[in-house]
Amino acid sequence: MSPRDVVIVGYGMAGARLADEIRRRDPGADRVRLTVLGAEPHPAYNRVLLSAVVAGGMTAESVQLHDPGWAEKADVDLRLGTAVSRIDRAARCVELADESTVDYDALVLATGANPWIPPVEGLEGDGVVAFRSLDDCSRILEAARFGAPVAVLGGGLLGLEAARGLAGRGNVVTVVHPMPHVMERQLDGGAGHVLARQLTELGVTFRFGATAARYLPGDGLKLDDGSLVPADLVVVAAGVRAETALAEAAGLDVDMGVLVDDLLRTNDGRIHALGDCARHPGAPPGLVQPAWDQAAVLADVLTGTDAAARYRGTSAVTRLKAKGIDLAALGETQITADDAEAEVLTFSDATGGRYAKLVSRGNRVTGAILLGLPDAAARITQLHDRGIPLPEDRLAVLLGRSLPPGSTAAASPADLPASTVICRCNAVTKGRLVEAWKAGAADTPALARATRATTGCGSCTAAVGGIAEWLAAQ
Amino acid sequence: MTQGTAVVTAVDTHCPYCALQCGMRLDATRVSPREFPVNGGGLCQKGWTSGELLRHPSRLTTPLVRVDGELRPASWDDALDLVARRLAALRAEHGADSVAVFGGGGLTNEKAYLLGKFARVALGTSQIDYNGRFCMSSAAAAGLRAFGADRGLPFPVTDLAGADVVLLAGANPAETMPPFLQHLRGAELIVVDPRRTATAEQAALHLAPAPGTDLALALGILHAVVADGHLRQSYVDERTAGFAEVWRIAAAWWPERVERVTGVAAADQRAAAALLAGARNAYVLTARGTEQHATGTATVGAWINLALALGLPGREGSGFGCLTGQGNGQGGREHGQKADQLPGYRRIDDPAAREHVAGVWGVPAESLPGPGRSATELLDALGREDGPRALLVFGSNVVVSAPRSSGVQDRLSAVDFLVVADFVLSETAALADVVLPVTQWAEEDGTLTNLEGRILMRRKAIDAPAGVRTDLDVLSGLASRLGQPAERFPADAASVFTELRAASKGGVADYSGVTYERLRSGEALHWPVPAEDHPGTPRMFLDRFAHPDGRARFVPVDHSGPAESPDAEFPLQATTGRVLQHYQSGAQTRRIPELLDVVPEVFVEVHPDTATRHGLAEGDLALVRSRRGETTARVRCVGTLRPDLVFLPFHFPGAGRANLLTNPALDPVSRMPEFKVCAVSLSRLEGAA
Repeated sequence: MSPRDVVIVGYGMAGARLADEIRRRDPGADRVRLTVLGAEPHPAYNRVLLSAVVAGGMTAESVQLHDPGWAEKADVDLRLGTAVSRIDRAARCVELADESTVDYDALVLATGANPWIPPVEGLEGDGVVAFRSLDDCSRILEAARFGAPVAVLGGGLLGLEAARGLAGRGNVVTVVHPMPHVMERQLDGGAGHVLARQLTELGVTFRFGATAARYLPGDGLKLDDGSLVPADLVVVAAGVRAETALAEAAGLDVDMGVLVDDLLRTNDGRIHALGDCARHPGAPPGLVQPAWDQAAVLADVLTGTDAAARYRGTSAVTRLKAKGIDLAALGETQITADDAEAEVLTFSDATGGRYAKLVSRGNRVTGAILLGLPDAAARITQLHDRGIPLPEDRLAVLLGRSLPPGSTAAASPADLPASTVICRCNAVTKGRLVEAWKAGAADTPALARATRATTGCGSCTAAVGGIAEWLAAQ
Repeated sequence: MTQGTAVVTAVDTHCPYCALQCGMRLDATRVSPREFPVNGGGLCQKGWTSGELLRHPSRLTTPLVRVDGELRPASWDDALDLVARRLAALRAEHGADSVAVFGGGGLTNEKAYLLGKFARVALGTSQIDYNGRFCMSSAAAAGLRAFGADRGLPFPVTDLAGADVVLLAGANPAETMPPFLQHLRGAELIVVDPRRTATAEQAALHLAPAPGTDLALALGILHAVVADGHLRQSYVDERTAGFAEVWRIAAAWWPERVERVTGVAAADQRAAAALLAGARNAYVLTARGTEQHATGTATVGAWINLALALGLPGREGSGFGCLTGQGNGQGGREHGQKADQLPGYRRIDDPAAREHVAGVWGVPAESLPGPGRSATELLDALGREDGPRALLVFGSNVVVSAPRSSGVQDRLSAVDFLVVADFVLSETAALADVVLPVTQWAEEDGTLTNLEGRILMRRKAIDAPAGVRTDLDVLSGLASRLGQPAERFPADAASVFTELRAASKGGVADYSGVTYERLRSGEALHWPVPAEDHPGTPRMFLDRFAHPDGRARFVPVDHSGPAESPDAEFPLQATTGRVLQHYQSGAQTRRIPELLDVVPEVFVEVHPDTATRHGLAEGDLALVRSRRGETTARVRCVGTLRPDLVFLPFHFPGAGRANLLTNPALDPVSRMPEFKVCAVSLSRLEGAA
């Protein structure tokens, strides 16, 4: 059987991942001949790490997804700077800008999404940058001199990550957000307020319920209430729109994204879509994980590795990547304590920058917000992902760590039960030491000779000495 | 063989158990600790009580031969004649590979060496492997790939005392080698273990990954090292190769993603990276918890990658190492009882190595067999169509220690002829056709190589009971009955060691400069010791790594997860491990009342909520089931355990064997089975009180 021609349009996180997953299953290119068409001239990079580039931890080179020699090694026909102008479904080929064509047996759209720029005067000109691509990052870093005022349009995940990164670099940052609190899609009001307060302490100013009216470079950002936000630079993080132009022109079904089924198929069985350009009812928008989950399924399908593979959706955990802030949100987070069926625990400590909300049904975690509680976030995510019944001790779950039993640090020897093991290496209990002491072993060396306590790793030497002193003082 | 003169005064020796090889003094059967660098005068309860087994009533003192289904006493001549006759007949009828040999990591260097030679020369079989495959093979394979040589700790244990930070991945020395902890007293510990073990209790940072996700955790910490600016770029440039490819993999494992897979908070991964990077001196050490997986070699590779990114290996005062388990786990993997290996850590498929060793042995190189099956595959092939029809076992109790042990028992029953050399009637010996009673540690001379690659002399301290012979004597006797010239299989340790020196000369593990005289005089000799005037090599890799270009290799490894995931029928995960009072299969320690008093029987640690949901309470008998078998164990409720995890120690026999549950899925490189994670269910044992 000769290999199928699979053409991936788009060399971003979804397209690159799909290529990797296909080659993992078909390393010899026996089943799939692979072509990847990337519109941008530069290689694929990891968009998740862009906030680290803005914050300063990572370089443009270190966020690349593939080494320079990857395509050759992986036997992939990779064409950078190659935009597709048209899909010819009847001829099963795509047409490129130079009017040449590439044939396919299966076509995959991985064209991603583009930042949405609000229709506001001045936002199409200089001093305005979206926060989406690696180029955007370099533009932001060039424009955002130390101490310069920056306005961030949008208090969602990306906007806050950009704001935190820029504040950390010494910029005066104002976040303009039309809603009453930040990250309203993922957080309830309580969490939103604690988070905003934390960011405020880190130097970020917020303007809630406000929208931009006009940007005057050199002057600032005018808001709809007439006030002026100083801004040498405006970073737009107001959401994205799926890139669906090719699909629409080819007559594929599109509604805020190319519509796909559980096999990631469009209404043309030979054309698939995944990632930000696709819309599947189970895939939360704007995150990488759904794209990667979809890539694994689609690779199974396209290579014939697992005919039963289906994409059933992704249960995503939202993580804010901002230095000094630890936030996780998952599942149903807007449920309130008066919900009849759900059990809801909340805990709020605005001063300490901590907020917790735990939603469960039938003893299973169905939603959570955890701010400033990294251990609890890690643990509750595991309970959620693995369907582990929620432990009885809910408070310990929220604290993130159950207290180890018997962690009675510095208890007086008098308080210890006789059965307490003092020397683990030689299984010597307090009772045995007391016996030995009564039989004449009055100090640590004598107790060691009589019981072998302290003769292993030696870490109980102080404890044994303490018991001898306590006995002597009786 | 003469018994030698009775020794009446106390003799300086080493503990018979783990690879730390604590210095001790033996006066008849009475043990006392002595100052020695690895233990600083300390001993754990196993060491203190180790003398009791020397005169234990269950000691075997006469060969046993199965007659009409029963093991009956026999003379040595009758037993050895029978063994030789049966083996020769099988060989004549079915070929040399119809006879297999299984060794152990507790055997002395001399025994391991002679056993390998016996298999290749006297039996001519390729079918030899040993229980170290269940122990050190993943760490060894990863060390070879990264550094070009595998020595557990390529530095003296005492160097650890100068560390500020030590990361222990899947190591629980508080339980497994307690006196070792004294070297860690000055360091902040980062302990990677799904359980809050006695070692984790002492940690500055305890990272508790879900079982089988260590590799993802190592990638997350590596990611944090780079992202937070801790990469030692100059070291990476000057002393290593392959970082770029490894980084492309680690770049996809940002800590938040790793948290989702492992359950270890992203903040803790970053904290671990910062702690390690901020230390003047730091070490990364691995042990079985992270190695005994079907992805064990890759997982150790991931920890090595982390250590390399931090610039630790080959730097005085810092480094990477693995904590070897069995007493001679290091030497045992160097001298040719491994399926793919010849003495001196040489490869059996290397023509130059074959030529050299065949020259020492006085046989043509082409007469040496090629590589044979690895331990798990060897045991699984027993009695099958193309598999061995006879098995000789030295120093191993595979019925208890091998994965999916009910299957192992079936395989042992399927062979035509099973011979076991042991000093007690172990669970494996009880199945044998011939049992050969052999000496214990204190009753013979020999050398061992401890966890830091130091060669130690273990001297004869007392006479063996009448009727007992050394393993060397047994091999010598069998070899001559199989037609070998007597001088080719000497029975005294000193002669065997002299030959071992020559065979190892020029190899990675070069012992040619080690002599009994140098060892007796107390010289600290760490291999390689290429000449009698060479001081040995306490610290390896300081100038260069053992690859031809002198650079260490970053090896690209990615996370794939455990071989078996929990499902509706087996919703929990089980992991196995050790307790302080017992050693390996427990064949020795279960016979010592003082140890048995503390931990008398197998138990299963369960989170109290999980126990309640299964109708179980502390002290109840539970049935733990996996796809491969079921184990009965007493419930211990442990509040710090993950609710979806249970833990069982593997030292117990019969229905309490933890290895009835374990998954024989194998690592593709090291052939290590997946001891540390499998899917299980839990229920109340019906009819139990």
